[in-house]
Amino acid sequence: MAFVDSSKHESLSNVGNRFIVLSLIVALVLNLLPLQGIALSLRPDCVALLVLYWSINQPQRVGMGASFIMGLMMDVGDASMFGQHALSYSVMSFIALLMHRRLRIFSIYKQIPQVTLLLLSAQLVMLLTGILINANLPEWDFLLASVSGALLWPLLPTLVRIPQRRRPDSNVL
Amino acid sequence: METAPQFFRHGPGPLARLLFFALLSLLLMVMDTRFKYLPEIRQTIAMVLNPLQRMAYLPAEIFDQVSGLFVSRSLVDEITHLRGRHLSDQGKLLELSALEAENVQLRNLLEMELRVEVQSTTAEILYIPNDPFSRKVTLDKGSLSGTQLGQVVVDDVGVIGQITRIYPWMSEVTLITDKDHSVPVQLVRNGLRSMVVGIGQDGIMELRYLAANADIQSGDLLVTSGIDGIYPPGLPVATVSKIESDTTYSFARITCIPAAGVSRNRQVLILSPLPPIPERPEEPVENIRKDKKRGKIGLR
Repeated sequence: MAFVDSSKHESLSNVGNRFIVLSLIVALVLNLLPLQGIALSLRPDCVALLVLYWSINQPQRVGMGASFIMGLMMDVGDASMFGQHALSYSVMSFIALLMHRRLRIFSIYKQIPQVTLLLLSAQLVMLLTGILINANLPEWDFLLASVSGALLWPLLPTLVRIPQRRRPDSNVL
Repeated sequence: METAPQFFRHGPGPLARLLFFALLSLLLMVMDTRFKYLPEIRQTIAMVLNPLQRMAYLPAEIFDQVSGLFVSRSLVDEITHLRGRHLSDQGKLLELSALEAENVQLRNLLEMELRVEVQSTTAEILYIPNDPFSRKVTLDKGSLSGTQLGQVVVDDVGVIGQITRIYPWMSEVTLITDKDHSVPVQLVRNGLRSMVVGIGQDGIMELRYLAANADIQSGDLLVTSGIDGIYPPGLPVATVSKIESDTTYSFARITCIPAAGVSRNRQVLILSPLPPIPERPEEPVENIRKDKKRGKIGLR
């Protein structure tokens, strides 16, 4: 990362591994919140969102391996087939890895449509595996999670940077 | 342009890694669905996940406690309502104890085996997994509280489902509305036996294997028949809502509405497992075909 010189990514370049892990844990807790009804179908897949964010912005640290492990955690948490989330997150991370340079050219708002497609690709993989094992077919509002997730996307850099802004302050004091 | 140059990167390329992870997850999926393997890995991950799950449950619990401080008015209403219900139930209970004594006597007279009493433990729904491919809930009682695989879970109105996976501190319940989950039932009105099968949607089930001319009406109550040795007999399961008898099919298409629902309340009862059905004695060959129906019922 020594070659990074653009000031845009400077605040993210010194992200610690511990911080990434912490953010993923918070995402897991958010995904496990006991919600029901419309809130449940509207709730974005926070783990997918953060995995996507880190594989676009920190591809050296969060790649397919981390996505796979987070997927396994979600499989157990969501009581779904073992490996279903893992596969979908790895595929999503792979696509993100291929296009992360191009994606970072765009402003955060222009990234929304592409992020929607990326999140939809993860859900498509889940859908295909679901069809493969002859499970229930989900209703259409299953796809709303991707849309709401993508709409949250512009907030993510600010949310993620909150703990980092505080750190230099505490050093000064 | 901005990240490390290509020649610094080591390890296999992204496509190779994707293939590796895809194959690995496919392998896991096949092992999980086909062979019901890998409980240890799942258990380990569940142990890691359990504190997070409890943490996620905390806001709901705090909300309950805080709102508990403000509901004294509605509590008074609830208490008066419950008192009224208690009174009417008490009358029925008195009747029931008389009936029970009579039943024991009659069964003794007929030399039939006594009905077993079912014990139960309360549990709380910890979490409704956001998995659109299955209908499951997670309970806060696990193998450490004595929960076993295959136990039946009910709420105050009827059957909810069956415990299908167990962790030390929690357990997963497959709901009766899950796709292809079947419950053997009996019509209360005329004792007709059949099976209620989930189709994977909330609030709707199908009654299968009833002839198009079967005596059934909408509004009929279905209770468990108890012939499977898993579900205790007499628990309400569903009510019949719609009957379509199409002459092109030999069976009627009957849809039902499940009696219980997990969205209604958070407390549920886990019923203790029934004693195992005694081994069937050796039978002459020609009778076997008749009895084959019995063996296939229930989710394992």
